[in-house]
Amino acid sequence: SIKQKRSETINRKKTSGIWIYAEHKNGIMHPVVYELLGKGRELADKSNHKLTAVLIDGESSHWAKELIAYGADRVILCSHALLESQQDEYHFDAMTTILEEEIPTIFLFGATSFGRSLAPRIAARLQTGLTADCTRLEIDDVCGYLYQTRPAFGGNLMATIMCPDQRPQMATMRPGIMNAKEPDYYREGTVKRVNYKGEIKPRIEIIKEIIGEKKKSIGDASVIVSAGRGIGSQKNMKLVRRLADILEGQVGVSRPLVDIGWSEYSHQIGQTGAIVRPQLMIACGISGAIQHLAGIADAKTIIAINTDPEAPIFSVANYKIIGDCVEVLEMLIRSDREKQN
Amino acid sequence: MKIVVCIKQVPSTNKVQLHPETNTIIRDGRQSVTNPFDTYAIEEAIQIKEKTGGQTIAISMGIPETERLLKDAVGRGIDQAVLLSDKAFAGADTLATSYTLSLGIRDLMPVDLILCGKMAVDGDTAQIGPELAEQLGIPHVTDVTEVLEVKSNYLICKKEIDNGYQLLKVELPALLTVVKDINMPRMPSIEGVLQSETVEVIRKDAQDLKAEISKLGLCGSPTQVVKTFMPERDSEAIEISGSTEEKAVKIKKVIEEVLGNGGSKD
Ligand SMILES: Cc1cc2nc3c(=O)[nH]c(=O)nc-3n(C[C@H](O)[C@H](O)[C@H](O)COP(=O)(O)OP(=O)(O)OC[C@H]3O[C@@H](n4cnc5c(N)ncnc54)[C@H](O)[C@@H]3O)c2cc1C
Ligand SMILES: Cc1cc2nc3c(=O)[nH]c(=O)nc-3n(C[C@H](O)[C@H](O)[C@H](O)COP(=O)(O)OP(=O)(O)OC[C@H]3O[C@@H](n4cnc5c(N)ncnc54)[C@H](O)[C@@H]3O)c2cc1C
Repeated sequence: SIKQKRSETINRKKTSGIWIYAEHKNGIMHPVVYELLGKGRELADKSNHKLTAVLIDGESSHWAKELIAYGADRVILCSHALLESQQDEYHFDAMTTILEEEIPTIFLFGATSFGRSLAPRIAARLQTGLTADCTRLEIDDVCGYLYQTRPAFGGNLMATIMCPDQRPQMATMRPGIMNAKEPDYYREGTVKRVNYKGEIKPRIEIIKEIIGEKKKSIGDASVIVSAGRGIGSQKNMKLVRRLADILEGQVGVSRPLVDIGWSEYSHQIGQTGAIVRPQLMIACGISGAIQHLAGIADAKTIIAINTDPEAPIFSVANYKIIGDCVEVLEMLIRSDREKQN
Repeated sequence: MKIVVCIKQVPSTNKVQLHPETNTIIRDGRQSVTNPFDTYAIEEAIQIKEKTGGQTIAISMGIPETERLLKDAVGRGIDQAVLLSDKAFAGADTLATSYTLSLGIRDLMPVDLILCGKMAVDGDTAQIGPELAEQLGIPHVTDVTEVLEVKSNYLICKKEIDNGYQLLKVELPALLTVVKDINMPRMPSIEGVLQSETVEVIRKDAQDLKAEISKLGLCGSPTQVVKTFMPERDSEAIEISGSTEEKAVKIKKVIEEVLGNGGSKD
């Protein structure tokens, strides 16, 4: 079959174990790198592979020891003054230089904004598969297949994906899910240096970088009071705002409230809005449509208030209150006022 | 300026249904819409053309029914539409999809700018943009929130990154993926709708594209979806009942438990 034909033509270059990409910026290693090392170590032990961390950095790189302490057997270090900043094109070029000498059997990246831009470019260059934003990775220790599980459809469907024929098997891993190991600074490892010439002419120039300018987004809020159509009227939005203030949290809304102008788009939660991860969410008059749930899958505790006992929001909530959300909001605010006095 | 916009047909997810036994998405052509993020790419293409002049082309790889969505793009002001459709394209992962799109776009060369959505709301990978750019050998920028300036051989844009923004100068031709904040898509106009009724959507199949069959569709896809399942739900919700006052008291308790002190330090 065609499928077989294709696998015969694959790059059968000898592969060298499991690699992770060590993303860092402005002297700070991205926390996901330690998670990748933790997971990579586990996969490597199970399948009898070596774990390599790929470090692309400026001339005075000092990270190799750290990466080994967190689980790497080897560090591939490609350093050059041009690689000091996170310029995609130089990093991509350095990576292709590294991959000309050897390729891994598995290559893991953090699903960060940088990783999700770089990894697909590498996958396309190597003509291999890439699984996006994985939340679980398992290895078949006999064949070495990597089973990569990821949420699709905005978190409403989980898919397990594999890449049987091409190498490397590539994945980006969602930050904050895997556990890092305790560092062991006595661990030994090797460092392989790869020479980088930096001869490309970049086509993209970073004119300016504005860090932290982003408006405080509800994506970072640890408390969210959210409202849907069941809030009833625009004036009731004040109650939502008030409770959010009391709890030092932020206001979130479902899409219809943005459509009718009761809230700004930056507060919309869901598939086409913000993905939120609060410790606590109080959902008022939200039905829990699939596109809304896509944004709240990572909320820790959800208290949902809805008049409809069958509302789908209750299927993801930790606490359910069947009733009028406006009444409950008013009562919560009033009891806070009494406490103040 | 010649601008190509990539649009994907996605299920109108209001009615997403999973097959009870196979747990796969039940797709129904009639209930599909343009991927929401792509409507922003369409709008951006039209706005850029309004400033620089030139031509805008929408392209999609999809089932024949996708023609309706391409016509809708014309209704909004896109000049021309191309549909890449062939049974051989079915089951494509991002590598095979970006390969097929790259062939369709090669036929339109020279192209100055390619616009994609940030991601499609079904497959949800956000990989097509960068993979397509690589297959075409042009630079790409993901998560663009604003295009500030467009000249004949470069543009300046603002890109969202994890903890802020970057202002970038990008040589053309290039590919950008756009986020929702970039603009407010317009509705189709009356002239546009009339135009879309007469416009001929250009259809191309694998042969027209001179595609390597082994790089297409399911066969050309290095990744395989081996299993789909519903995410596990935690245990059932605990009901808080009583009078409104009693409910409020109990809710307060829960809040205090969750936050430790009744208020967060955000
Ligand atoms: C492609 C696409 C993308 C989308 N993206 C998003 C998205 O990102 N985010 C999003 O939110 N939606 C999104 N939607 C819309 C989504 O499908 C739903 O329409 C929307 O989430 C419903 O909002 P809602 O829960 O506020 O309203 P409704 O579904 O109308 O629910 C209102 C709820 O309030 C309850 N209620 C009524 N009165 C009271 C009361 N007094 N007290 C308590 N409860 C009360 C009702 O029982 C009901 O459950 C998208 C849709 C599509 C097609
Ligand atoms: C549950 C599930 C999980 C999947 N996981 C993966 C995975 O991890 N890796 C993988 O390689 N494939 C995966 N796929 C396959 C993938 O969804 C398809 O390859 C799809 O054709 C494109 O990917 P996307 O929806 O992720 O698009 P994205 O990359 O998210 O789309 C970004 C933009 O690319 C453009 N675009 C995308 N598709 C088209 C098109 N057909 N025509 C025109 N423009 C388009 C649009 O502008 C869109 O906004 C998965 C599919 C399913 C059903």
